Amino acid sequence: MIKDFEYFAPETLKEALTLLDKYGDECKIIAGGQSLLVLMRQRLVAPEYLIDIKGVSELNYIESDTKEGLKIGALATHRAVEKSPAMKNGFGVLSEMERRLASIQTRNWGTIGGNLCHGDPAGDPAPVLIALKAILKMASLKGERTMPVEDFTLDYFETALEPGELLTEIQVPTPLPHTGAAYTKSNIVESDVATVGVAVSLTLGSAGGVCEDVRIALGASAPTPMRAKKAEGVLQGKKITDGLLREAGAVASTEADPISDIAATAEYRRELVTVLVARVGKEALARAKQA
Amino acid sequence: MKKELKFTVNGQPYELYIKPKTLLVEVLRNELGLTGTKQSCNSSACGACTVVLNGMAVKSCSILALQANGGDVLTVEGLAEGVKLHPIQKAFLDYGAFQCGFCTAGMLMSAKALFTENPSPKTEEIRESIDGNICRCTGYNSIIRALTAVSKGEYREEQ
Repeated sequence: MIKDFEYFAPETLKEALTLLDKYGDECKIIAGGQSLLVLMRQRLVAPEYLIDIKGVSELNYIESDTKEGLKIGALATHRAVEKSPAMKNGFGVLSEMERRLASIQTRNWGTIGGNLCHGDPAGDPAPVLIALKAILKMASLKGERTMPVEDFTLDYFETALEPGELLTEIQVPTPLPHTGAAYTKSNIVESDVATVGVAVSLTLGSAGGVCEDVRIALGASAPTPMRAKKAEGVLQGKKITDGLLREAGAVASTEADPISDIAATAEYRRELVTVLVARVGKEALARAKQA
Repeated sequence: MKKELKFTVNGQPYELYIKPKTLLVEVLRNELGLTGTKQSCNSSACGACTVVLNGMAVKSCSILALQANGGDVLTVEGLAEGVKLHPIQKAFLDYGAFQCGFCTAGMLMSAKALFTENPSPKTEEIRESIDGNICRCTGYNSIIRALTAVSKGEYREEQ
């Protein structure tokens, strides 16, 4: 049973920030609530005040232009991201990721911003956004600030948001030429959460050339979504081969710090990291050669 | 403190006062008596509580009823017109697309949202549309056969 709370449904960002400032630690923000309501039902979270921002329409948008890249309002739903024509301009990996996130019902109501703010290390969007070098914009009554997605999650279900602060926008830069990105996850049934998720983005010097830039991001492999920087180092500056990708996978598995739970043991998760980094890296490489 | 909820369910406007913690499925079943929508896992896993909200399939156990304020809800009770079954319902009967029936309302509503968005979905899209609906009698194949028949226009004269 959910504990009673007082409910507010602001319609503008200003109203939302004012309420957030007033109630501070006593309140929780709800957007789609697809993660939060589960925690509230289990009484792991029991706010005195609930601020429902689902109706703040100014935070619900997806915009893209070739210069500025992609801008996704925090309240864009997973389904909107999945179906948006803007994803065709080099951001197809975001659409692929969303298509594998939970079920259509959950994607119809849940928001990409809410998913990030939930701070679950198994969330699908974070690894992909980290691989794509995305930046988050946050607002409070004091003003705005930005932060790379890779710095946003601090620990299990803990983010860098300060009291009074709200995530407002996700900014994804337009990928450089000859860049390819891919994501996959291992899960028990298709609409399930990731046992391990892996995103890789690769930039080649020219089609078929050496790897000029690489990001490998892991989900459900540590207390937070993380970059496997040593594994990236294995690929950086090299002409990528299957053997090199397998080596990167093996290195990434030593960087991962997974737990054992009902879905998998820590040992099995490390094995998944090894295999998936090589597999996803191969797909990213194929795409980079065509981009 | 109770809050006002104004919304439309199956074409009928409602105005009621509810505790903010009340879930959409609880309002539908307990306040409006629309018990066709099933409450089962209560954790967004099984899809038995699926309804169509503003044209989209959603899990009514995982939405605060107040989030449907001003919205338009369709439940399984709203599918048939009087005694005339909806084509998807007709197909479910013809293809025996249920055993115990507990998942059926949710399956029908997921399918309803699919066909509203896309009247002739491919098999892959049909399978994906019920990905969030669990049938523990495991009658998925007959459900997919029923929905495939609808997608191929076998029930067009009913529409």
